[in-house]
Amino acid sequence: MKTENLFIQGNEASARGAIKAGCRFFGGYPITPSTEVAENIAIFLPKVGGTFIQMEDEIAALGAVIGAVWSGVKAMTATSGPGFSLMQEHIGYAAMTETPLVIVDVQRGSPSTAQPTMASQSDMMQARWGSHGDYEIIALAPSSVQECFDFTVEAFNLAEKYRVPVMVMSDEIVGHMREKITIPEKVDVLARQMPFEGPEEFLPFKAAPDGTSAMPAFGDGYKMHVTGLTHDERGYPDASNPEGHFQLVKRLCDKIRKHTDEISRVKNYYTDDAEIVVLSYGIPTRPSLKAVSMARDQGLKVGFIKLDTVWPFPEKTILEGVGGAKRVVVVEMNLGQIFYEVQRVLSGVKVELLPKIGGEIHLPEEILQKIKLQGGL
Amino acid sequence: MDETKENRFMKYLRRERLPNIFCAGCGIGIVMNTFFNGMEMAEVPLEEVVMASGIGCSSRIPGYVKCDSLHTTHGRPISFATGLKLANPEMNVVVFTGDGDAAAIGGNHLIHSARRNIDITVICINNSIYGMTGGQISPTSPQGSYATTAPYGALENPFDLSRLVTAAGASYVARWTTAHPLQLSKAIKKGLNNKGFSFIEVISQCHTYFGRKNRMGSPIDMLKWMKEESVVKRKADKMDESELEGKIIVGEFHNKPAPELSQINCKLLEDKCTAGKSSAFRSAYQGD
Repeated sequence: MKTENLFIQGNEASARGAIKAGCRFFGGYPITPSTEVAENIAIFLPKVGGTFIQMEDEIAALGAVIGAVWSGVKAMTATSGPGFSLMQEHIGYAAMTETPLVIVDVQRGSPSTAQPTMASQSDMMQARWGSHGDYEIIALAPSSVQECFDFTVEAFNLAEKYRVPVMVMSDEIVGHMREKITIPEKVDVLARQMPFEGPEEFLPFKAAPDGTSAMPAFGDGYKMHVTGLTHDERGYPDASNPEGHFQLVKRLCDKIRKHTDEISRVKNYYTDDAEIVVLSYGIPTRPSLKAVSMARDQGLKVGFIKLDTVWPFPEKTILEGVGGAKRVVVVEMNLGQIFYEVQRVLSGVKVELLPKIGGEIHLPEEILQKIKLQGGL
Repeated sequence: MDETKENRFMKYLRRERLPNIFCAGCGIGIVMNTFFNGMEMAEVPLEEVVMASGIGCSSRIPGYVKCDSLHTTHGRPISFATGLKLANPEMNVVVFTGDGDAAAIGGNHLIHSARRNIDITVICINNSIYGMTGGQISPTSPQGSYATTAPYGALENPFDLSRLVTAAGASYVARWTTAHPLQLSKAIKKGLNNKGFSFIEVISQCHTYFGRKNRMGSPIDMLKWMKEESVVKRKADKMDESELEGKIIVGEFHNKPAPELSQINCKLLEDKCTAGKSSAFRSAYQGD
């Protein structure tokens, strides 16, 4: 297939990105505003030999995805807030069993069923902490239809590399808006790794120092036992062993935490001489960048940091990007989630929040006003 | 009989994981024996079997068996099994579950998988109680039976799981007890050979909790009770409701081949695939 230029929705771009990245199984459940991901993939997947199934609920959808992954395919689901809540049980299971998978969460107004057709970024902390226990995941935040495609491809590669659930934290605006995008003929696809060792020597739950580990499929002769219980490197339950539990959970967290720099994608704009830095992720990055360039036109030394990956939190990169700035304004479509993370990281800097809920995106003028409101500019 | 002779099914077990966690006299040992017996009768090699299970005593079986297995979340193993089967239809997918796992928290997955008639063999060990958590009431506990969460007797009607799953669309359904190992082995054989959703309900003894709470403290008491109170379905069909009070109806509830989901899906993929080959088999290992 040649490089294509298409005018499509973000949700369709996510579906196309998934297939380009090698996704060959989708287990889903309809929910606004994510349904177009499932609808598009239901059309495209059979054409490449992949399987689509609509399950009886979101819990089952993610269960089927995990089953398919252990059968040797790349798999995903898509959902929104209420469905994302139901999936938390199996997100924890996937983290504990190191099952690579991708979830596109098209965020809508929350809590509860709230605003099905309106946008928000209200699931950002749930993405990080939603399931019980200590674990780490990776989350990306697309702000355009092109990024819905690119980040979904990236999500599959990161999932395979670290054997971890990866979330594409889309939202109703980016999911439903239409833009021209370019789908390249080929994208970089990371294949799942088979172990060098034979079934007698291979330990399915032992990772290399770089956090990666090979993963054979069921049926390959490795006779693996996969459990959500605390397990040893063979995968055998070992639930009453304090030291074994510590080693396992610490490793699951460290394989992501210790590779934050390799995983993180952060873009800095005009930060070199910035006195004020605006920080955002996902769809509000677009009015934010506009506001920052308006401020620059007015001679204000304002910079901008765009987080393409939100989890693991790119602490070091943010510290470097903020540099000597005195003030940071966090723009997000909730009443403050990532704001508190930024505050935690930038202890000596004045960090302010520009929240917005209700479903509408911030206007550049609102952000510009916030930039000018304080700081003596 | 030579008492030192090893059980002939030991070759299927992960020896390094023994001894198992089950109480002495638990029905699960009989179920494991009958499963391997049925598997051999069905001429299914263990290499072609993958297992999934949920949470509970019964769900610990796959961890002792030398095959690929997913020990999943409470009530949801059939959803995982659905993904396992659809992504690799060559595999013989077996789910071990219990009454709490399959009928309470997992009831929705159970009926929907039966409706899909996906080729999974579900072996539901129904001991009418939550054993692993210490003897709580379950959706199959008989009305009036005692449990730690029914100290004055169960108030609710129990599920008749075999009838439920038959109504939901499974193509093979049978119920036996641990006092009927030969019949049970044959049902497991038929279930494994059936291309469709097979549900085998095994009424089993939890003497530790159900027995102790309900005046049947030993596994022998419970096996005797199951043997004496069982009525074969053919006979039960001719009896009226009052005669069947407190009886365990055993036998085949349903055995009628029907179109199976993974095969229907394979056909769809063959028809729609424009990429030259329709198989996504182990596609995760292919690079760009």
